[in-house]
Amino acid sequence: MLRYLIRRVLGVPFLLLGVASVAFILSQSTKGDPLSALVPERMMNNPEIVQAVEAQWGLDKPLPVRYVVYMKNLVQGDMGTSFNTRRPVARDIAERLPATLELVVAAMIVGTTLGMAIGLLSARFRHSIFDNAARGFALLGSSLPIFWSGLIMLYIFSVQLKWTPGTGRLDARTQAPEGVTGFYTVDALLAGNGGLFIEALSHLALPALVLGWSVIGIVARLVRSSLLDALGQDYVRTARAKGASDRVVLINHALRNALIPVLTVLGFTFAYLITGAVLTEAIFSWPGIGSYAVSAARSLDYPAIGGVTIVGATAFLLANLVTDIAYAWANPRIKVSG
Amino acid sequence: MSAAPLLEIRDLRAAFPGPHGPVEAVRGIDLMLDAGEVLGVVGESGSGKSVAMMALLQLLPPSAIVSGSARFKGRELVGMPRGEIRQILGQEIGCIFQDPLSAFNPVLTIGDQILEAIRLHDRKISTQDAKRRVLDLLASVSIPQPDRRVDQYPHEFSGGMRQRAMIAMALANNPSLLIADEPTTALDVTVQAQILDLLRQLAAERGIGMVLITHDLGVVAGMARDIAVMYGGRVVETGTADDIFYDTCHPYTRGLIAAMPRLEKITEKLVSIEGTPPSIFDRPAGCSFAPRCKLALPDCRATDPSLRPVHRTSVACLRAEEIVAGTQGAVRAEFEKGAL
Ligand SMILES: Nc1ncnc2c1ncn2[C@@H]1O[C@H](COP(=O)(O)OP(=O)(O)O)[C@@H](O)[C@H]1O
Ligand code: SF4
Ligand SMILES: [Mg+2]
Repeated sequence: MLRYLIRRVLGVPFLLLGVASVAFILSQSTKGDPLSALVPERMMNNPEIVQAVEAQWGLDKPLPVRYVVYMKNLVQGDMGTSFNTRRPVARDIAERLPATLELVVAAMIVGTTLGMAIGLLSARFRHSIFDNAARGFALLGSSLPIFWSGLIMLYIFSVQLKWTPGTGRLDARTQAPEGVTGFYTVDALLAGNGGLFIEALSHLALPALVLGWSVIGIVARLVRSSLLDALGQDYVRTARAKGASDRVVLINHALRNALIPVLTVLGFTFAYLITGAVLTEAIFSWPGIGSYAVSAARSLDYPAIGGVTIVGATAFLLANLVTDIAYAWANPRIKVSG
Repeated sequence: MSAAPLLEIRDLRAAFPGPHGPVEAVRGIDLMLDAGEVLGVVGESGSGKSVAMMALLQLLPPSAIVSGSARFKGRELVGMPRGEIRQILGQEIGCIFQDPLSAFNPVLTIGDQILEAIRLHDRKISTQDAKRRVLDLLASVSIPQPDRRVDQYPHEFSGGMRQRAMIAMALANNPSLLIADEPTTALDVTVQAQILDLLRQLAAERGIGMVLITHDLGVVAGMARDIAVMYGGRVVETGTADDIFYDTCHPYTRGLIAAMPRLEKITEKLVSIEGTPPSIFDRPAGCSFAPRCKLALPDCRATDPSLRPVHRTSVACLRAEEIVAGTQGAVRAEFEKGAL
C-alpha cells in the first residue's frame, strides 16, 4: 500500500505538467485578443504602443518559444504574471485559494452532514412523506441554478430578514485577521477574537448553504440508494437473524457498507467545487479562485488561466489520491499490493 | 413422555405481492420438530424451503404476507411483535445460511460479528469476557489459530472456515433450535462432509434441534430422523428418513432419490428429473408436479392432492396407492422400465 501511494504521489507533478501543457495550448488556440486586457482601448491603434506591450509580455515570440519559456518558469514555481492584476499569478492564487477553500470546506460540511442525515432518514422511512419531501428538497438543490437560488437566499435572509450580513468575507471596514490558515473563521478563533469569528462565520453561512445545498442533493440520494442496496444484502438478514434491531442493522451493518461509494463521490465533489464555486463566489462577492477564473477567462489572461487550471487539476489529483486511501481504509477487501 | 414439540408449524403460508395480487410461495405446510432431533427439509431450488423458514423467523422482506402458525416451545412466532421475536432470534434460535461469504458483513471482522451476536443478547457482559467467548466459540468449531483468525475479515477465510465461523456465530448463545439453510451447498464435496459432521456432532453434544434445509437428499441421509419433501410451496411427502428412502410413494421423491449420487452407480450417468419446477407466478392447476410427472393422469391436472397417510409415509399424490402396489397401467410400465 505504502509503495503504491508513493508511486502515485511521485506521478502527480508529471501529470500536472501535462495538464499545464494542455491548458496552455488550449488557451492559446482560442480566438480572441489578450491585448485588450493589456492595452487601453484608445491606444489600440497606436502600433508602437501595441508592439511595446507585446514585447513586454512576450506575446511577440512564436508559440513554441512561449511554451518552452512558460514551462521552464512553471517548473520553478513561477506561473507568470497576470495580464489583469499585473501581479504574479502564484501570489494571486495564494491569496485567493484560502477563501475558496474555506467556502468549499464549509459547503462540504453542510452538504455531507445534512445529506447523510437526510439520506439515512429517507432510507429508514422510505416512501414516507419525509422521504418524498427530502427527495424534492435534494432535487431542488442539485437542479436550481445557483445564480437563482443564491440571489433568492441573499434577498430573503440578508435583505428582508437581515439574519445574515451582505456579501464578502467580512464587513466592508473590518480588517482581515492575521493568520496562517487563511480561513478567516479559523484565524479569528486562533487569535481568540470571538467577535471577528462570529462576523466571519455569518458571512460564510449563506454562500456555504447555497453551495452546500447542491452537495446535499448528491449525498442524500447516494446515501439513500446505497443504503437500500446494502439493506437488501444477505449480511443484513444475518444480522436480523442474530436479533439485531432495525437501528443496529442500519448503523452497524448497512451504513458501513453504504459509505464506501459515498466516499468516492465526496472526494470528487470537493475537487469539483474548488473551481466549480464560480457562481457562488460571483454572487456573494467572494474573493476566491472561481471569480479569479472568470475574469481570467473573460480577458484571455493566459497566465491566470494556466494557474487556475493547475489548481483545479491538483485538486482533482489529490482528491483522487485521498479517495483511494479512504476507500482502501473503509473497504477491507481492497488490498493494494506494491 | 410427550412434551410439546420444539417447533410445530401448522398451515404456514407466505405470499409476495405480484402484478395481479399476492402470490403464495409457501402454500400451507405442516412440520414438526422435537427437541434435539434433526428434521430434513428437501426439495429442488424454488420449492419454498427458505421462504418457509424465513417466514416463521420474520426475516422476509416487509412486503411478504405470512399467515398460519409456527409455535416455538409453545410460543406463537407468526405475528409476534418484532421486539419480542428479536429476543428469540440469535438467542434461542440460531441460523446458518447457504453462502457464508455474502452472509457475513464484508467490512467487519469475523470476531466483531460473533461478538455482536453475544452482545445483542447480553448487554452487561464485559468486553474481555465476550472476547474470550468468541475465541472459545471459534475453537469449538475447530478453526485453527482462533486468536489470529478472530481479527480477520470474511474474505480472508476459506469457504469451509467461513461456514465454521457462521456455525460458531449461530451457536454463540447456546440456542435450542438451529435453522441451517443449505449450509453446505456453496462448498466443495470434501468440505461439505466435514461441515455436516461438525453440525451433527455439535447438535448432538448440545441437544440442539435442527431444521436442515437442502436440495440434496444425500445431505440429510444419516443426519435427519424425519424428512419433509417440498415441491411447489407444499410438503408433498413426509415421514421418517428410513421410510422416505426405502418406502417412498411419491413420484417426485422417487425422482430425487434417483438423482442422488451413489457409490454403486458412480459410473452411470446421473438421472435428474426432467423439466423445471414451476414459478410461483405460473403454477399449474391441480398437482403442481403434474407437468413433469410420468404418471400424471387427467385427474392430476384437476385435483390438487392433499397430504394423507399412505403405506408408511404421508403423501400428496393421487396415485400413491397404485405406486405402492406397483401393479396398474402406467405405474407398472414405469416400474418395468426401471424408472420407478
Ligand atoms: N422476496 C421475494 N419476492 C418474490 N418472490 C420470492 C421472494 N423470495 C422468494 N421468492 C420466490 O419464492 C419461491 C420459493 O423460493 P425459496 O424458498 O427461496 O426456494 P428454495 O426452496 O430454493 O429455498 C421461488 O419461486 C422464489 O422465486
Ligand atoms: S398426483 Fe398425479 S401428477 Fe401429481 S405426483 Fe401424483 S401421479 Fe404425479
Ligand atoms: Mg433456498
